[in-house]
Amino acid sequence: MVWRQYRGPRLWIVLSPKWQSARARLLQERDGAGPRLFLLTVLALAFWSGVFGIVYRVLRYFRTVPEIGDLLSTKLLGLVLLAFSSILLLSNVITALSSFFLAKDLDLLAASPVHSIRFYLAKLTETLLHSSWMVALLGVPLFAAYGIVYHGGPLWPVAVLAAFIPFLLLPAVVGTALTLLLVNIVPARRAKELLSLIGIGAIASLVLVLRVAQPEQLVRPEGFRSLADFISMLQAPTNPWLPSEWAMSALMNWLLRVGDPQPLVFLWGTSAISLAVGSVLFRRLYRRAFSKAQESAPVPAGSRWTAALEVLLQWLPADRREFILKDTRLFFRDPTQWSQLILLAVLIVVYLFNIQALPLFSGERFPASVLTLVVFLNLGLAGFVLAAVAARFLFPSVSLEGRQMWLLRSSPLDLRAMLWSKYWIGTVPLLILALLMTTVTNLILKASPFMSAVSLVTMVVFTLAASALALSFGAFYPRFDTENAAQIPTSFGGLVYMMASVTLLALVIMLEAPTVTAQIRAEQYGVRVAWNPWMAVPLASAGIVCVTATLLSLRLALSRVQRLEV
Amino acid sequence: MITLTGLTKRYGKFKAVDGIELTVPKGELFGFLGPNGAGKTTTFRMIAGIIVPTAGRIEIGGVDLVRQPLVAKRRLGYIPDRPFVYDKITGAEFLRFVAALYNAEDASLERRIDELLDLFELMPWKHELTESYSHGMRQKLIIAGAFIHRPEVIVVDEPMVGLDPKGARLLKDLFRQYVNRGGTILMSTHTLEVAESMCDRIAIMQSGRILAQGTMDELRVQTASGNASLEDLFLRLTGGFREHQLDTILEV
Repeated sequence: MVWRQYRGPRLWIVLSPKWQSARARLLQERDGAGPRLFLLTVLALAFWSGVFGIVYRVLRYFRTVPEIGDLLSTKLLGLVLLAFSSILLLSNVITALSSFFLAKDLDLLAASPVHSIRFYLAKLTETLLHSSWMVALLGVPLFAAYGIVYHGGPLWPVAVLAAFIPFLLLPAVVGTALTLLLVNIVPARRAKELLSLIGIGAIASLVLVLRVAQPEQLVRPEGFRSLADFISMLQAPTNPWLPSEWAMSALMNWLLRVGDPQPLVFLWGTSAISLAVGSVLFRRLYRRAFSKAQESAPVPAGSRWTAALEVLLQWLPADRREFILKDTRLFFRDPTQWSQLILLAVLIVVYLFNIQALPLFSGERFPASVLTLVVFLNLGLAGFVLAAVAARFLFPSVSLEGRQMWLLRSSPLDLRAMLWSKYWIGTVPLLILALLMTTVTNLILKASPFMSAVSLVTMVVFTLAASALALSFGAFYPRFDTENAAQIPTSFGGLVYMMASVTLLALVIMLEAPTVTAQIRAEQYGVRVAWNPWMAVPLASAGIVCVTATLLSLRLALSRVQRLEV
Repeated sequence: MITLTGLTKRYGKFKAVDGIELTVPKGELFGFLGPNGAGKTTTFRMIAGIIVPTAGRIEIGGVDLVRQPLVAKRRLGYIPDRPFVYDKITGAEFLRFVAALYNAEDASLERRIDELLDLFELMPWKHELTESYSHGMRQKLIIAGAFIHRPEVIVVDEPMVGLDPKGARLLKDLFRQYVNRGGTILMSTHTLEVAESMCDRIAIMQSGRILAQGTMDELRVQTASGNASLEDLFLRLTGGFREHQLDTILEV
C-alpha cells in the first residue's frame, strides 16, 4: 500500500456502525412483535390519513376560490415550509452538539485515519437523519395532498425529492456550522451557556418568523383596504432569500406548470456552496473545538434549592424522596434535559400567541355559542401541547435510568417506588402548567363559568392520563443507548406515544361533545340549559376513560419495568 | 449463604447458563473463572436479581430470590464489571442515594460515607460530579456503594479492572478482612494470580456449565494435574490457543 496516497476509509465504512445498529434495532423490534407491529401500522396510517385528510380538504376548498385559490395554496405551503425550516435549524444545532462533540464513537473516529471531509460528511449525515426524519415523515401526507389536488403526475415524488433534499440539507449544514462556531467560544460540556444562547436565539427567531409571516392575515381579508392589497400580500414572498421560499416556488412551479428552474438552482447551488464552506470551517475549527469539548463541567454550585426540596419532601419514605431528589438534580445539571424547557417555553408562547391572535373580539361580534365552541376546541389544542410536553419530560424517564438499571434492579427497591417518583415528578409541574394554560386561555376567550369548569376538569384528568401514557410508552420503547436525552422523545416510541395520546384526546373530546353541544344550542337560542342527570354521563364517561387510561398505563409500565433485563 | 440449584438462563435457543449447582457457605471467598462468554456475568446478574432465571433457584442466606426479592436483595451488595453511575451527581450524592435504596439511612450515614470515601481516597472528589471521575475512581465509588448498607454477601464481577496497584491491594485486604469477619464473597476474575492467592474455593466455567470446582488441591486432583498452577489448570480445562495461530496473526 502506498501510504502517501491513502485517504482513509470510505464514507460508507465510517457510517456503517450507525446503519448496522439501526438495522439490528429494527430486527429486534420485529422479532415476535406481530400484533404490536399491526397496531403501530394502524396508528401511523391513522395519523397520516388525518394529516392528509385535513390538507386535502383545505386545498380542495382553496381551489374553489376564484382568482386567489392557488395563491392561498402557495402561501400555505410557504408557511408550513417556513415552520419546518425553523424546527430543522434548531433541531440540527442541538443534534450537532451531540453527534460532533459528545458522541461516544468520537474517540475511535478521532484516533483512526479517517479523512476530515469524510469525518465531516459522516457526522453531518448522522445529524441530518436524526434531526430531520420526523419532518420528512410529516411531509409525506402534506406533499401527497398537494400532488393529488394539483394533479402533480407520476413524477411528482421526484420533484418533491429534488426540492426537499437540499431543503433538509441546508439547515443541517448551517446548524452544524453554528454549533462548530459556538463550541469554539463555549466548550460543549459547559453547554448550559451554549444552549441558553441557542434557546434565546430560537425564541427570538420563532417570534420573528411569526411576525414576518402574519398568518392570521390569510383568513382576514377584511383587514385589507382592497382585494388588490390582499392579493399583493399573497403574492409577495415572505422573504425571497429564505430556502423555504425557494422550495415552495420549486414545488408550486411544478404543480402550476411554470417552467422556471431558478428556485431549484438556488436550492442546490446554495446547498453545494454551504457544504463547501461548512467543510472548510470544519477543517479549520473542529480540532480546536473538539479539544475544548473535552473540558469537564464545572463543579456544581451550592445546591440550596435541592436542600430546600429535601426538607419539603421529608414526609416521604427515604427511597422515594432520594429518587425525586436524584431525578431533579440530574434534570437541572444535564443541559440536554433542562434545555428542553426552552422548547417548552417556545411551544407555549406560540400557543398563547395563536389564541390571542384569533379574530374573535375584533370587528363583528361573535355570538356566545361560537365562543363556547372555540373554548371547547381549545381543549384539543391545549391537550396536544400538554401531550407534547409529557413526551419531552416523562417519556424519556425510564430510558434515562439506562446503564444504571443494574443498581436499581440489584437493590431491594420496589420498582413501584421508582415509577411513583417518576410519575409525580413529571406530573405535578405538568398539572400546574395545564391549569395555568387553561385558565389564561379561558380568560382570553372569555369562557363561561360552565365551560371554564369543564375545560379545567378535562385538562386535569387528561394530564394525569397523558403523563401515565408517556411513562408507560417510555418503558415499552426505552432507548438505553442514547447519548442525548433530547433525542429520546423523537424516537419511534415517542411518535407512537404522541399518536396514542392524541387518540385519547380525540376520544375525550368526542365523549364530551353531546353535553357541550347542548350548552351551545341553549346559548344559540338564548335559553338556560335544562339540566338533567343524563347530561353528566358524557362528562363522567370522559373522566372514566382518562382514569382507566392512567391506571392501566401505570400497571403496564410496572409489569414492563419488572421484566426489563438491562 | 449462596445456593444455586439448577440455575439456567436461555436467550432464545442459546443457553447462556446451563443448570449450575453451587453452594458458597458463610465466611468464604469463592472465585469464578472462565473464558470470555462463559456465562459468568449472566450468572452474577441473575444472583443480583437484575435478570430473571429461565429455570432453577437462587437462595441468599436461605431466602429465595425470586419469591422474596426485596428481603434477599437487602442482604446483598453487587459490584458490576462496568462502573456505570449517574454522570450528573456527586460521589457523596451517589452514596446517599444507594443508602436510601437499601433503606440504610441512619444518623451515622454521613460519617460512613466519609469513611468509605476516605478509604478509597475519593474524599477530595466528594462533591465533584462523577462524570469527571476516571474509570478507576468510578469503580472505587461503586465498591464503596456496595458496602454502604453492610451487606452479608458481596457479588463482585471483575473488581480489579481499572484499579491502580494501590487500589487493587486495598481491595484484596478489604475482601479478606470482610470474609474473616463472616462475610461471603462470590467473585469473578480473569486475574488468575488474584484468584489463586485470595479465593478459598474456585469454580471454572465454560459454555454455561461449571467444569470443575473446589480448593486448588481438589481441582488438581479432579484434573489429575499433579502440581500444576491455576493457569495450567485453567488452560487444560478450557483449551488454549495454538502456536500456529500466533504465527499467523503476527506475520508481517
